[in-house]
Amino acid sequence: MSSLDIRNLEIHVEGKPIVKDFTLNVPKGEVHALMGPNGSGKSTLAKALAGHEDYQIVAGEASLNGQNILKMEVDEIARAGLFMAFQYPSEIPGVSIANFIRAALTARLADNEELDAARYYRRLYEKMDLLKIDRKFTARSVNEGFSGGEKKRCEILQMAMLQPHFAIMDETDSGLDIDALKIVSHGVNTMRGPDLGILLITHYQRLLDYIVPDKVHVMWDGRIVRSGGKELALELEEKGYDWVKEEVAVV
Amino acid sequence: MPATIEQETTNHSIDFDREVGNFKYKEDYSYDAGTGLNEDTVRYISGVKDEDEWILNFRLKALKVFESKPTPTHWASKDLESIDYSKIRYYLSKGQQPSRSWDEVPDDVKETFERLGIPEQERKFLAGVEAQFDSEAAYSNMKARLAEEGVIFVGSTEGLKEHPEIFRKFFGKVIPTGDNKFSALNSAVFSGGSFIYVPPGVHVKQPLQAYFRINAENFGQFERTLIIADEGAEVTYMEGCTAPKFETTTLHSAVVELVALKGARIQYITVQNWSENVFNLVTKRGMAMEDATIKWIDCNIGSRLTMKYPGVILKGRRARGEVLSIALANNGQHQDTGAKMIHAADDTTSNIIAKSISVGQGRSTYRGLVQIPKHLKNCKNNTECDALLINTNSRTDTYPAINVRGNRNSVQHEASVSKVSTEQIFYMQQRGLSEAQAMSLAVNGFVNDLIREFPMEYSVELKRLIDLQMEGSVG
Repeated sequence: MSSLDIRNLEIHVEGKPIVKDFTLNVPKGEVHALMGPNGSGKSTLAKALAGHEDYQIVAGEASLNGQNILKMEVDEIARAGLFMAFQYPSEIPGVSIANFIRAALTARLADNEELDAARYYRRLYEKMDLLKIDRKFTARSVNEGFSGGEKKRCEILQMAMLQPHFAIMDETDSGLDIDALKIVSHGVNTMRGPDLGILLITHYQRLLDYIVPDKVHVMWDGRIVRSGGKELALELEEKGYDWVKEEVAVV
Repeated sequence: MPATIEQETTNHSIDFDREVGNFKYKEDYSYDAGTGLNEDTVRYISGVKDEDEWILNFRLKALKVFESKPTPTHWASKDLESIDYSKIRYYLSKGQQPSRSWDEVPDDVKETFERLGIPEQERKFLAGVEAQFDSEAAYSNMKARLAEEGVIFVGSTEGLKEHPEIFRKFFGKVIPTGDNKFSALNSAVFSGGSFIYVPPGVHVKQPLQAYFRINAENFGQFERTLIIADEGAEVTYMEGCTAPKFETTTLHSAVVELVALKGARIQYITVQNWSENVFNLVTKRGMAMEDATIKWIDCNIGSRLTMKYPGVILKGRRARGEVLSIALANNGQHQDTGAKMIHAADDTTSNIIAKSISVGQGRSTYRGLVQIPKHLKNCKNNTECDALLINTNSRTDTYPAINVRGNRNSVQHEASVSKVSTEQIFYMQQRGLSEAQAMSLAVNGFVNDLIREFPMEYSVELKRLIDLQMEGSVG
């Protein structure tokens, strides 16, 4: 089965349950938005799925294209096709963007394979043009001294170069002005297609005007409390998260 | 067009694996000074080389100095006490005359250097090669064109014999016998190393390379290198070294003296990759006369304990000295390295950039000395030392000694310590890199701006060595 499939997941951070009984299926080719207020567990879910050691998965299942990812190392999950666009990407001093992405691509090759340098740069420049990133950036150290918007564009650039099966985008819209938001969204939309599934994590409807989701899920206190079409996001925008809170209380 | 494309295509031609350094052949020596050190050992070495009286006397005097000097454990590592001088073999060779062609080199020695890739590199980018196997050079050759221009590039044994008038004039002048205990030891039992003389105005465009190989157990290698660049001459010298992994300790104690006469330039590059049983106690110093430049590029990877502080005596006006150094200390290793800049004339400039990486329980120490006396003016020094710690139990220390007198000189000193964070590693692993690859990349990033200053062949080699070290360090 070609999808990201999460069933009854429970995630603890420092012994405390943050995500509880979380179930979600995102088929390949679809974009799902995961919305919810701060502290609802969205970023915890993202990091746990990527394999971060500080996030303990104590119950449930998670698989990518039918492959159980819960017992895999961070880099194995990544090479299996899961990409995470970070909310706060790390800086790596002295490592240029071009070398970093090249190393990441090389890590996916068999021992006897080599990356064609000329072709690599052609592709890199093509994606940089798409994301309106100045070509001089290839020589800049990864995320070092970047503005918030530059960091996010650099994340999308890596996503475009690594061509994952599945991307979790953790608050990619935060810190972006409207122009950068349009550029990033355009980049993501260009990648959309039958081979890529995306889970968009966001607080705000704003991003969803540009990257229109197939489904919207609302997360509250560690679990999904509402799911619906893209109109759900508009409803949320209008009524605020308190509305969800009240509904949950009623149930 | 980014330079990286070019780099990638060039890489393959000189890509070779230093992990192959861990092998050895049967020992079969024609000359063996036996175990332990006394006057007879010194006389044996001198006799085998058929040396002049003055050299023998120089050696014997040095032996006395060595014996009288205490082990410097009052400031250096206590580990020095574990060297048992009576168990070391001081001279082993198959003969004193190096071959001029690889075909004439004994098969096992030739195979050793072939496995290390030396003949291949010689064909590709070197102007001359000397390959030392234990105590003597087994091979020494230089492009004919350079010989026609008057360039001399031979082993120290041959240099003393064939060119005593130049050799004697500069020998022991930059580093006196009594400089330290290990320079005295070297002065007593030295053998091998390179003797280079570049005549006035001659620019040796391709590097000259020496490769030092320890093959025998319980052995001490004591090469002695003397490089003289006459007025306006230029030369780049590179040295590499390996040894197999033995159970017992091995000692490498070289003395390297550089003399850059008026307007000359010497660049000396070391990429050391000793196995972890080697004590590497080396004294390296250059003297730069008016308008001359001496640049040390010093990369220390491997060894059990390295103590090495390349220095420049800035003796003529406007002389310039530079030390760029990288040290990587892995588990069980201590890299005690640094630089010395002795300003002795007006308008002299020195620059020290030292980067160290400590992995696991590895320990790196920066020890520096910058001296600018009161009577000088317009002298400048810049010192930067940066340490990177990979694990929580890694260790680094910095001991910068800056003695600057007077108020007409300027000194800058910067130091930093940084750590590779788990979030950085997570980020890189999320892109598909293994933990070891992620750490390698972080380390390469840390040294990157410095490596850019290195000749291409050596920056590639160094990056490979760092990768190998990091691979082995991740549990």
